[in-house]
Amino acid sequence: MTTVTAVQDEVESRNQSWFARTHFGLHTALIVLMVIWLIPTLGLLVTSFRPGVDASSSGWWTAIFPPFKFTFENYAHVLGQANIATNFLNSFFISIPATVIPIFVAAFAAYAFSWMEFPGRNILFVVVVGLLVVPLQATLIPILGLFASWGIAGTFLAVWLAHTGYGLPFAIYLLRNFMGSLPREVFESAAIDGASPVTAFFRLALPMSVPAIAALAIFQFLFVWNDLLVSLIYIGLVNPDNLPLPVTIANLVNSTGGGSEFIPAAAFLSMAIPLIVFFGLQRFFVRGIVGGAVKG
Amino acid sequence: MSSLKRLSPIVVVLGLVLAACTSSSPSGSPAGSGGTADLHGASVTVIGSWTDAEQASFLAMVKPWEDSTGAKVKYQGTRAINDILAAGIPTGVLPDLAGIPGLGQLSEYVQAGVLQPLDSALDLPTYKSETSPGLVPLGQINGKTYGVFLKASLKGMIFYIPSLHDYSKDVPKTWTDLMSAAGANQGNAKAIWCLGLSAGAASGWPATDWIENILLRQAGPQVYNDWWAGKVKWTDPAIKAAFTTYMDDVVAHSFGGGTLANATKFDVAGDPLFTTPPGCEIFQQANFLTGQGAFAKKTAGTDYNAFPMPAFNDQFANAVEGGGDIFGMFHATPAAKSLMAYLVTAPAQDIWVKRGGFISANKNATDYSDEFTKNLAATITNAKQFVFDASDRMPTDMNAAFWQHMVSLTSNKETVDEALNALQKVADDAYKAS
Amino acid sequence: MDKVINALIVVVGVPAVLVGYIWATEQLLRVFSERVKPRIRPWLWMAPALAFLGIFLVYPTIGTIIRSLQDKFGKQWVGIDNYAWFAGSDDALAALKNNVLWLVFLTVFVVGFGLLIAVLVDRVRYESFAKSVIFVPLAISMVAAGVIWLYMYNFNAPGSTQTGTLNATIGAAGLGPIPWLQVQDFSVNTFMLIIVMVWMWTGFAMVIISAALKGINPELLEAARTDGATELQVFRGIIFPLLVPTLAVVATTMIITALKAFDVVYTMTGGNFKTSVIAWQMYAEMFKFGHYGRASAIAVVLLIAIIPIMFFNIGRFRAQEAVR
Repeated sequence: MTTVTAVQDEVESRNQSWFARTHFGLHTALIVLMVIWLIPTLGLLVTSFRPGVDASSSGWWTAIFPPFKFTFENYAHVLGQANIATNFLNSFFISIPATVIPIFVAAFAAYAFSWMEFPGRNILFVVVVGLLVVPLQATLIPILGLFASWGIAGTFLAVWLAHTGYGLPFAIYLLRNFMGSLPREVFESAAIDGASPVTAFFRLALPMSVPAIAALAIFQFLFVWNDLLVSLIYIGLVNPDNLPLPVTIANLVNSTGGGSEFIPAAAFLSMAIPLIVFFGLQRFFVRGIVGGAVKG
Repeated sequence: MSSLKRLSPIVVVLGLVLAACTSSSPSGSPAGSGGTADLHGASVTVIGSWTDAEQASFLAMVKPWEDSTGAKVKYQGTRAINDILAAGIPTGVLPDLAGIPGLGQLSEYVQAGVLQPLDSALDLPTYKSETSPGLVPLGQINGKTYGVFLKASLKGMIFYIPSLHDYSKDVPKTWTDLMSAAGANQGNAKAIWCLGLSAGAASGWPATDWIENILLRQAGPQVYNDWWAGKVKWTDPAIKAAFTTYMDDVVAHSFGGGTLANATKFDVAGDPLFTTPPGCEIFQQANFLTGQGAFAKKTAGTDYNAFPMPAFNDQFANAVEGGGDIFGMFHATPAAKSLMAYLVTAPAQDIWVKRGGFISANKNATDYSDEFTKNLAATITNAKQFVFDASDRMPTDMNAAFWQHMVSLTSNKETVDEALNALQKVADDAYKAS
Repeated sequence: MDKVINALIVVVGVPAVLVGYIWATEQLLRVFSERVKPRIRPWLWMAPALAFLGIFLVYPTIGTIIRSLQDKFGKQWVGIDNYAWFAGSDDALAALKNNVLWLVFLTVFVVGFGLLIAVLVDRVRYESFAKSVIFVPLAISMVAAGVIWLYMYNFNAPGSTQTGTLNATIGAAGLGPIPWLQVQDFSVNTFMLIIVMVWMWTGFAMVIISAALKGINPELLEAARTDGATELQVFRGIIFPLLVPTLAVVATTMIITALKAFDVVYTMTGGNFKTSVIAWQMYAEMFKFGHYGRASAIAVVLLIAIIPIMFFNIGRFRAQEAVR
């Protein structure tokens, strides 16, 4: 390094304030945001360890000062619910297929929308996205009628199919957006090399879309895992054995309204799984997947 | 395509399971003996609004039946029972037995042709003689019994704390007596009444209980029954009088006023009775209050006590308003019929009675663990003038509007006249269809 | 045990079947000439998706449109009576006004915060932790979110101890307790509900924007920084333009979510105190009043309401393709 550039660097770094150099503003802003977001969650966590009587008679923050009156009885009560183990397993049986199927179905469609030319492509796509607005409640009775005539009311198959249908508009929207923004050169050089669309899809588009697929998997899993109404209606009317966890949680509040003090504990128990999914899929949010492909 | 091939075995297996669940079982049994048939392998799907501890009690209640018949009960409790039955009725996807959300729904379901008459399932004479006379006709439509009461509740009880002032020594006989006694005995309580209307989507229902109980005692059962049936207008002076009493005597003397009442959840609304200094002196609620909020941990009779709402009009002095959980049958399978017959018998009812927090509609189920509940049960069974919760008998839209207007009325967002006029408009529409 | 086997069959089998399907269609296409293949292929690829959408979304929607022209019991045709009722119903119009507030503020705050956090979090080492803090509210079911925010907004009589976080905080500053969910003036209570939804959904925007952010070629950013651009310039000149399509997806999704907002209102106010929204009105008509005709009309109004957004999206695609 020559003397001149060395001096230039010196001057530059002195001109940058301490704030800029330590990214002070960045960390402050982020920490403030995190604290604001955390407060209600923290409140929920603290409340889950408080006896019900205390929870409704004093603010949750008072519990973090002595005297400490914490208890596990809320958690014990939730875990002692009838059928909780069965329902917990049912949640997996429902959520995993209901996440995997829409991803595959949507990926094929999204690729067609992004990289295949056909008349009416944009209009059809916009109609698909528009289906996002169809209210769930409007579909319950007609679809239940369909399931009844197919004889699958009460089965897991019913909710797998239903959740796939409900999740497709968003899945196609998200994946098409991502696939469509992939570099054109990659597909062009593949075509020149004689690759078929099938190869291009599996060897190029799909691997490069991994962050979007990971994001989609996180949300679809989460929405299906937390769903109450769809499973209550398509399964619950004839087959209570197949119901998932949210039903157990909703039932903590009894018909006269008591029991809401168990909800915070139930929420944390239920939330653990989607959080694990979230952390697990985070590692697919990596830089350079697309960049790497272009370089080669 | 192989996807179809994959699905078909699953569909076939599930079809078999469904068929097995609803198939007829080997031997029948004479109707009403409930529990002596051999129903091994059969199952009954039941949906009710009882969850958590109530669900545990119901399951305890059916266990002896399961043991003696060999059949299984598959129960699902949900508070959204109205919603899911609304989806099930038009599509025919229904459980075998279900808790009917209300009497209005009972007649709707009968009209839709999905509810089965229970005459062949129950031992009718025994049922009729054992059940509170006020409740039997409520489950009947066109002379046939379609619904039975598995649980009853008593409304319009005035709860108080004996240690502050023991009203049992001198129970107020009239409303005016009550108000003056309450005023005199207020002590350092911040207000006379506690009040809480908040209940999520059902907010306002505790206030409808107030109106109903006042109206019943002011105008009598005839006016009361004509009112919920749509024959007496909301703008009628009798109805207006009840509303005015509510606003002037209750809301105006309530802890924190209407605003606090609307912000307070109904299950903890009575808790200020126990604070020092107390937020209020007396609290009107149904008997199931004993399992809610601060009441759940206290002892009936000693920590708190209750007396029925006093009379406004001597003629209607002993009129009583009650409610109950009604059950009906959608599929008349042998197992379902057997279970239904069993559930109304005194031994079955006694199981839940013993567990507490429960009043039975069966006069012979008397295994109550405390005097307090026992007396409440006797009040229902012995009532000479008994009416059912009016809002539960109104058409659904009328009921919903009633709740909503109680909420806005209580926080003074509208006047009594405005509310009544609005309610009458809804009534004009709602009662047309029925 | 058979449940496990069934689930395994499905998780492995269905993707296998779909992959096989695509492979099979490619074989099928060999029959056609090279010119015709690209015309048929897209439809074969979209067929499964279109089938699902057709059955689960389009079919009920057609039924809804038909029912919106019928009476309460679905027996007689009443033409546009239900729509006329909607236009004349004070409740429905008040709900619509609330939806406009939801639409604007939910979208702006969720996308804004989501973008801000995604960009900030990209540059710190505790990225995963920070992201999970913002994500957790989305993982909490609505029932639980309702419980905690009811505690946050709780109101006790003036003079007694406040158990609600918000009232306790302003109480420390000497301000009187406010029954937040009952204050209709300036739609304060609606804003309180929107805050709950923003708290829950910002994580959604953040995750998607973060995924898109990672997809930006790092070399582009390096090059700009070496050329002396400040962070702000890098953001404005490179990052933001590349994120615009994703922001449009998130914004569109949030607008539609705002139009369909129901759970928060249902759990916290039951539609009272003028917090009602369109989806609540629809629910009330359908499940409380049993009036399918009117409920269906409301659903159709929702469908019509998103047409402008759809036009916007079409315009964006055309622009995007022109550049590609």
